[in-house]
Amino acid sequence: MMRRRAAIYGVAAAACAIFLVAAPFALKPYGIFILTTWAVMTIAAIGLNLTLGYAGQVSMAQAAFVGIGAYTTALLTTHGWPFWPTFALAGVACFAVGWVLGYPALRVQHHYLAFVTLAFNTLVFLIFRNEEWLTGGNYGISNIPRPSVFGWEADRPRDFYFFCLAHLAVISFATWWLIRSPWGRAFVALRENPMRALSLGVDTRRYTLMAFAIGAGLGGLAGSLYAPLVQFVDPVPFALALSLNLLLMVVVGGSGYFFGPFLGAIVAVLLPEWMRFAEGYYLIGYAVLVIVLMVFCPSGLFGLAERLLFPPDKNAPAAQPKAQGEGA
Amino acid sequence: MNTVLEVRDLKKAFGGIHAVDGVSFDVNEGEILGIIGPNGSGKSTLFNCILGQLRPTSGEVSLDGRPVTGMRPCDLNRLGVSRTFQLLQVFPELTVRENLILAAQEHKGSMLSRLFGARDAGLTGDANRMIEFFRLGHLAENKASGLSYGQQKLLDAAMAFMAGPRLVLLDEPAGGVNLTMLANLRERLEAINREEGATFVVIEHNMEFVMALCSRILVLAEGRIIAQGDPAQVRRDPKVIEAYLGH
Repeated sequence: MMRRRAAIYGVAAAACAIFLVAAPFALKPYGIFILTTWAVMTIAAIGLNLTLGYAGQVSMAQAAFVGIGAYTTALLTTHGWPFWPTFALAGVACFAVGWVLGYPALRVQHHYLAFVTLAFNTLVFLIFRNEEWLTGGNYGISNIPRPSVFGWEADRPRDFYFFCLAHLAVISFATWWLIRSPWGRAFVALRENPMRALSLGVDTRRYTLMAFAIGAGLGGLAGSLYAPLVQFVDPVPFALALSLNLLLMVVVGGSGYFFGPFLGAIVAVLLPEWMRFAEGYYLIGYAVLVIVLMVFCPSGLFGLAERLLFPPDKNAPAAQPKAQGEGA
Repeated sequence: MNTVLEVRDLKKAFGGIHAVDGVSFDVNEGEILGIIGPNGSGKSTLFNCILGQLRPTSGEVSLDGRPVTGMRPCDLNRLGVSRTFQLLQVFPELTVRENLILAAQEHKGSMLSRLFGARDAGLTGDANRMIEFFRLGHLAENKASGLSYGQQKLLDAAMAFMAGPRLVLLDEPAGGVNLTMLANLRERLEAINREEGATFVVIEHNMEFVMALCSRILVLAEGRIIAQGDPAQVRRDPKVIEAYLGH
């Protein structure tokens, strides 16, 4: 059973990898641009999936971290810095800010935490817009150079796409390692029952802060790639709408599933482009899709795939209905 | 005999209600101490104060002579004090083995070794032994959510023993468990007590279970200890009968 599952996922992952490598040779520059956007947004969604999907901490501030990462790289590369140091700095800065944002999560949970993080996102947006001396305000920062690595200019769309894809691959591997390590188990325990986790020696405070910091750090790395992708940053893309969109990617893709964000980002980034012919009706279709999915399969597209591919074993010992309050 | 846990004049007030009102007792190494009392007599609050889940209003708790009052539950757990809760608490999305590994993974190594080291933190062997001991062998790979209530209750208890604790506080281990499973649970607890020398404190409503399992019993009513002694003494005590049957 486990072997069959591993085999199916292995084949599917290999097919996707081949597609991702081959696709840019068949696509026009605009298609490659969209695919690159998908890769970048997937990184941000992977981060949010760690915070929300695995560790169960609601964050509506992922766009703020993408923004901080994007501005970090935009400011420094336009002042002559090479890309990678700014990439690292974006990740570290967002890790630190995410750690601090984690403190409210130690006191408030669920929708209260959503509001705290939402306010943070708005605050960061206002800083981008109003601190003109630093961010250029509404005019933003333009002429952001594409990275060059050891003399190789990742300037043309296809080259930059592969540059981003390589970063996505490395980040995916690191995240996969993290969630399979004891940390991943502690994150899930934090999501499912923080009080029990605490009584079993899990330092829930430290893991909560880590979940926020790592998720935010990945948001920063995504932002750092976003800046040279669009080569122009202004505050608008990092408003609350992007946070909601990233949240939707995680939830629609399958919150708490490793591959969930990859699927969710397809829906959020690629689908609108394919559905152009539907014009205004696209949003209606999208909304209906999300509602239907959430009603019938709250575990998202990946949860749906799991359910279709591996229906629950009828011979497995059935769970007795939980006796709530029993023995209380 | 060594004293493992010392509780001195512990008090906890919620507004004007004194849930725990000056409780003192010792727990000796290797004993199984029962705490009984009518509903609302402060048993669970007492546990939560000892274990750092609640901060006591006043009083002292010490473990092996070391003050631990108000220490965080995770730190106390790493010093060797383990517990179960009144309502069973397992992690439904983790498998039985993963639940057990989680219960001990924070007890050794550092945050770094838990990130870069072995995925099972070297605990698969210990987990398998615990699974065998609690006779959950056929369920090791199942998600905890797929287990019956009684099986989850066994897993819950097994998790409390996973890190080789010095002292285990069990809050109503028999609650909602059927008779066959109950005999199994009692037998397993006695075996751990005998073989590993683990010390237990058990809160329980099931009199038969508690009288059979415990060597000494404290009776709590309205936040105070009203009687203590061996099961036979406690059963005869008129104050205990009054507390249970009312005036």
